[in-house]
Parts: sequence; C-alpha cells; structure tokens
Amino acid sequence: MTEIKTAEELNKKYLREGMWPTIFCNGCGNGVVLEYTFWALEELGWDMDKVVFVSGIGCSSRLPGYINADGLHTTHGRALAFATGIKAANPDLNVIVFTGDGDCAGIGGNHFIHAARRNIDMTVIMINNFIYGMTGGQLAPTTPFGSIATTAPYGNIEHPFDICNLAKALGANYVARWTVTHPYQPIKSLKRALQKKGFSLVEFLAPCPTAYGRRNKLGDIKKLWKWYEDHTILLEDYERIMSYGSEEEKEAMKDMFPIGVFQDIDKPGFFEEYQKLVARLMGKNNKKTAETEAVIKK
Amino acid sequence: MRYKRDPKKIREVLGDKVQFVLGDMACVYGGILAGCSFFGGYPITPASEIAEGMARLLPRVGGTYIQMEDEIGSIAAVIGASWGGAKAMTATSGPGFSLMMENYGFAVMTETPCVIVNIQRTGPSTGQPTLGAQGDMMQARWGTHGDFEAIALAPSNVQECLDFTIEAFNLSEKYRNPVCVMADGEIGHLRERITIPDEKDLKIINRVEATIDKEKFIPFGVSQTRKSKVPDFPVFGTGYHTYVTGLTHNEKGFPATDKQKDHEKLVKRITSKISDDIDKIVKVEETHLDDADIAFVTYGASARPAETAMELARKKGVKVGMLRLKIVWPFPEKVIYKLGKKVDKIIVPEMNLGQIVHPVKEAVSGNCEVVSAPKIGGEMHLPHELLPYLGVK
Amino acid sequence: MKKEIRICGFGGQGVILAGFIIGKAASVFMNYNAVQSQSYGPEARGGAARSEVIISDEKIGYPRPTSVDLLVAMSQESFDTYRNDLRDDTVIVVDPDLVKKHEIGQPVYKIHAQRIAEELGNKIVTNIVMVGAATSIFKLLDPEAVRKAVLDSVPSRFKELNLKAFEKGLEAGKNALKGL
Repeated sequence: MTEIKTAEELNKKYLREGMWPTIFCNGCGNGVVLEYTFWALEELGWDMDKVVFVSGIGCSSRLPGYINADGLHTTHGRALAFATGIKAANPDLNVIVFTGDGDCAGIGGNHFIHAARRNIDMTVIMINNFIYGMTGGQLAPTTPFGSIATTAPYGNIEHPFDICNLAKALGANYVARWTVTHPYQPIKSLKRALQKKGFSLVEFLAPCPTAYGRRNKLGDIKKLWKWYEDHTILLEDYERIMSYGSEEEKEAMKDMFPIGVFQDIDKPGFFEEYQKLVARLMGKNNKKTAETEAVIKK
Repeated sequence: MRYKRDPKKIREVLGDKVQFVLGDMACVYGGILAGCSFFGGYPITPASEIAEGMARLLPRVGGTYIQMEDEIGSIAAVIGASWGGAKAMTATSGPGFSLMMENYGFAVMTETPCVIVNIQRTGPSTGQPTLGAQGDMMQARWGTHGDFEAIALAPSNVQECLDFTIEAFNLSEKYRNPVCVMADGEIGHLRERITIPDEKDLKIINRVEATIDKEKFIPFGVSQTRKSKVPDFPVFGTGYHTYVTGLTHNEKGFPATDKQKDHEKLVKRITSKISDDIDKIVKVEETHLDDADIAFVTYGASARPAETAMELARKKGVKVGMLRLKIVWPFPEKVIYKLGKKVDKIIVPEMNLGQIVHPVKEAVSGNCEVVSAPKIGGEMHLPHELLPYLGVK
Repeated sequence: MKKEIRICGFGGQGVILAGFIIGKAASVFMNYNAVQSQSYGPEARGGAARSEVIISDEKIGYPRPTSVDLLVAMSQESFDTYRNDLRDDTVIVVDPDLVKKHEIGQPVYKIHAQRIAEELGNKIVTNIVMVGAATSIFKLLDPEAVRKAVLDSVPSRFKELNLKAFEKGLEAGKNALKGL
C-alpha cells in the first residue's frame, strides 16, 4: 500500500465514483468532516469492505453517498437504530453513523439516548450546524437562544440541546466536541472514537452559511468560519473558568462552546456483553420447552 | 461473524416435536426455524409473548435479541440487520404497527427482506389492548405512503402461526420485500398443538446473495444472474460498497430525486416483481365449495366461527362453503372472481367494520351478492351470529 | 366428542397453568384436538381469572366455549362471574373453602384442594390438586396423560410436590364421586 500524503490521493481512495458533485453549499462544514474521517480511517488502515456508513436525513446524512463503502441512507432520525441492527447482524463490521443535529438530537433523540445507554458499538459523528439546513433553515433543537430561523422568525426562545453532556451522562465510552475550523485534534479524536468499543460520539460544530449564517448576519463565509474560532474554548479552560473564574469571566462563557474530550472510558460494549450471555447459555441444556418455561414464569 | 443456521441446535432449543403452545410462541418457533437471527422489538399487548419468547430462545441458538426503545427503532434495527446479512423480524400490535409504517416503506423502497408480525388488537388508537381484531388489514396494504405491493399472511390457528412465519420469511427473502404476518389477539393468545416440521420437510428460501464481479454489479436493477426482477442482494461487508437509500434511486443506487423516468422504472419494478407473481404467491383453502350456493370468504380468526357456522348450516341442509385466504395480500382476485361466478352469495365475516369485503366486491365484479358481516369490540363472531347471514335461524 | 372446560379462580392461583396442563394432556399425550384460551387484561391481575379448554376428536372451529361441560372454581368471585352460562348437567367442581356460596340448585363436587395442598406443605399446588380431582370426576382424560402433562409443566425442583398434589387430587376426586 502506497502511503497517502495529499488530500487528492486520499479522496481518490475513499470517494465513491460517479456521485460528484456534492449537494453541499460553498462554505459548508460537511466536507471537512468527511476529510477528517478519511484521514482517521487512513491512519487506522481499516479495510473499507468492513466499514459501513449509516445516516438519517439531512445534509450531513448525505455523506455516506460520497464514500466508497457500504452505506445505508435511512429515514429521518432513525440512523442509530438501523446501525444497531447492522452491528448485531455482523459484529465484525465497523459501523459509523453520520448524522446532523436535527436528525440526531431532534427527531432521533430517543434512539440516540438508548444507543448510548446500551453502549452499542458504533461511532456517531454528529455534525451540528445549529439549523435544519437541507429544508431551508428551520429551527433545530441546537439553535442558539435568540437566533433566527424560518420557523423562529422573531428569535429562538428555546434553550438548545447539549448533546455531548447528554452522551456523557448516559455513560457513552467516548464523547468529544470539535469544530471543523480546527485541524489535527479532531482527526486524532476521530481515530480514538473509531477504535473504541462501545458507543462513541464526536460532535462537530460546522458552519451553514446558507441557512444559518446568512440569516443570522454572521457575515461572509470567512467571517462565519472565524465565528467558530471566536466562540469555542477548550473544555479544560472552560471548566477552570466556571469553577474558579470571576463573575465577568463566567458571564463571558455564556456564548462559548467548550470543545475537547468530554469522556473517555472503557465500559464493555453491548455486543461484548451479549457474547458473554450467549456463551453462558450455550453450555446449558433447557429441559423445558420455551412455552412451558413461559407459563411457569407467569 | 454472521449467524449460521444450525438445524441441530435449533431443534435442541425448541424441544419436543409436538407441543401445546401459544400462537405468539408459535411465531417465535417459526421465525427461529426459518433462520431468523435478529429480533428487534418493543413490548406491546397482545404481541409481547413473541418478544419474550425471542428473548428466551434467540441467545440460545446464537442469534441476537434487542429490546429497542420503540417500534420505530425496532423495525429500523430489523432492516439494518437484514442488510448486515441476517434474517430479521419484529412483532407488534396496532399502535406499534402504526409507528412502523414509515420504515415499512423504507424496506419496500430499499428492497429489504424482513418480517413483521402484527398480533392485531382493536383500534383506533389504544383501543382494547388485550382483545383481538382484524382492523389493520388495510394498513398492511396501504399504510405507508407511495405506491407499493404488500405481502401479508393471516394464520387461523396456532400451527399456521408457525408455518406462516416460515412462509413469511420465504416470501420476504424471495421477493426482497417486507412481509407481514397479520395474526390477531385471538389466535395469538390461543394455545393449540403444534408439530415442529422435520428438517427434511422444511422449505427454506434464502435471498440470492450477490456473487458477481463487483465492478459489474448493479444493485437495484433486475437480477444479473437469474431471470428475475429481484436483484441479487449485496450483503454489507462483502465488498460491494452498495449505497442504499430510501430516496428514489437509479439502478446503481444513486439518488435520482428529480428524474421522473428513474422513479417510474424503480417503482414499477419493485411493484411488478410481486404483482407479476400473484398466481404463484396466492394461497387459499377451499372447503365444501363444490356444491356451495353461499360462500364465506374469510381469513385469520374469523375463519374459526365461520367454519363452525358452515358445519351447523350444512347439517340443516344449507349448502355453504368457505374460501379461506391464507395470504390476503397480494389479493387473490382471480380466485374470488371465479367464486363470484359460481355462488349466489358471498359473506365476508371480519373483526372490523368491513375491510377485505371491499377487494372481494371489486373482484366479484357484480357477479354475485357480497355481504359484509362485521363484528368489533374484541370478540370474534359467535357461530350462531353468522347463521342469519346464511338464512339459518 | 367435544367437551368444554372452564377453570376459574383469582390471579396467582395458577388457573392458566391448570388449563395448560389439561390442554397438553389432551392434545400432546392423548392426540385429541385441544384449544386453550384465557382472559387477559386487568381481570387477570388479581381479580377473577379464567382459563378455558375445548377438547374434541374433531377439528375445532370456534375456539371459545359456548356451552360449558366442566366448571372448576377456586374463588368465590370467579365462581360468581363465570357461571352464567352453565347447563343443568354441567359438572361443577369447587373448593368449598374458597367458594363458600356454592349452593346453586345443582350438584356440586366439593374438593378441599387448598387444604390438601397446605397439608402437602405448599398451597401453591392447589391448582394441581384440582387438576387431579377434575381428572377423576370428569373422566375424560387418562390420568396417566394428565400426570405426564403435570410433570412436563412444572419446575423440576417441585416435581415431587406436584406429583403428590396430583395423586391426592385424583383420590379426592374419586371420593367425591362416591359421595355425591
């Protein structure tokens, strides 16, 4: 295998032929996440025949279409449930989910909660652009308070969802948040997430100039991307300020997004536990039929 | 590693060849015999015993049971498992069936083999959770949006719960379409004797997996290896790098959302792969039709009181026969048309306000009288309630 | 031949298991056709519960009883609730300690099933005593077939207890036959 050095070589290897151009707008962050994922996969040297990409509905959910691998582009919000089935049918497959904030935290919130709680072996890459981009800029569960959306024309009066803290609380094995404007760490983080057994979440804050930035007057693409640099802070710094900072410093954190690794633990994944269960039962001989057992137990 | 069906292990786990079991449990046995290795479900009365039975048995044969967070997740996981190479099923009742409808259509559009058992209870909404009904028959046919063909079986006894679940897998694997077993709370919660068929008597169909050269493979066109409108199945992980989407797609699987021709071609193929084969799929049981003047057209639980009413009426000299639809969808139009030409009157008893009576009327085309004999409220007809329809007091 | 049996009691008495055993004895061990149904829902959680078995040497169409041949009652509430469709010649078996008001103007076989079970050390086998008694009284099923069904249907560690309960029930049934 020749070593890949450039993005061009990388794309040649990982992109599906015949699917270009993408549906993504200029200045969209989705393509960057795709590149980061390719680099992480390349560093891992995984056999792409054994990697399956799953997605729901939305711009980011179109990503599997552009990857030269098996892909299941499912219904809105349900990707994680589909992914659970794939992994169950063949635990040898590496299952990666691309999903958006609306897909994952909105309509798919419950599937997310339970996939994380079960610690299903998969990597979820959630691209958060604060908005329903594909359908033209409607309110998302992640839209910041006060922001404008077509369905929040006077400003959002709801409080946004922090999906990383949710995943952490659910005991997911790996949880991290980055922005597409930061190089290097996200790739390293993705690599770790992919290698993890159990449930991993990597959230990417990604600009949507068309449906979010423009409407919220965040300036041109360059300015918008800069906004992400200005509004993110390393998790460690964030926590230090929230614990020891002055009131002004804490106040300034209100509009900031902490980025970094929220959780990195090693609980056995669901299928590891399931294999143990199967092994425990295999030796046992049931003397009664299932029907009789069921009647007795009731 | 994918599940490998082990007949010896399965028989060891299922136990005695002759058993006295619940209809729900017979669906579990049927699924496992068919080679089902994944069940994703959510508890719901009166179908919970299927989930319970699967939770008890699947790990013992090396399959996977997962209780999902809801019925949407259940069928989603089932479809995912199918693409991962498993034979997969779920089981539910009305409210869960309603939740499954979107992904039911996804399975149709992506040509995913899978089995949904619906132990029907009364509706609308929560209805009478513990009581049986046949109110979802049209939902199985038309419940998801867009054009599609449904395949649905309706067991009338516990043995058929077992047999039809196997048959559902066979049809689903053969046509790459979701298949519904439309049982009901009456049959699902009845215990009867079943005989577990011997391995040599079992007919098990598995999907034709893609084997041809990866460069030449066309995932969503007619088969490239057989004369069939059903394409060969590229199991995930076997190197075909297939893109599977619920969007309208071309033969390569790429989205073709703005192309009328591609949509027409796709949907016509996935509907006609079933409608072309109606005569092969249809399964009916005829009783006393040779000399019948009146015929019941029945399915599922309703066939039970109808059969008793038929025997009672025959003792009184009324020539009644019965046509029982073992497979309700696709609808056996030709069979019903012929029956309409033969008898004076067709009576359709159903545990709903009249659903299957409509396609019966359509198929009969005015050749005889068609009468709906509805009953709702969670009880099947009493045999004597059907006698007046036969002119018997 | 077609016989319809109803077993009733309160939730937790093992009414369904009793019906299951009778249905299994008839269909698996005697090759009759049998169907067993039960009432589910709120009434099955405490309250009055029932399990019904139809046994026939012909195919069984309508699977619910229309004319009960044997009623076995193990609680007052269920006896009061489920005896509305009895015939004059319906065989009735009750535990008189549990169904105190059982004088309804037709013969009733009285089996002190719970008391027998308690003497055996666990009233949980009241239902099995009743199954034994009903086997003797109703005379439809071969006691050997029912015995097999009992052994096949109870947890292994309680086999002895259930077998004793069944035998005591058979005996009590025989005595009741003589007494009536």
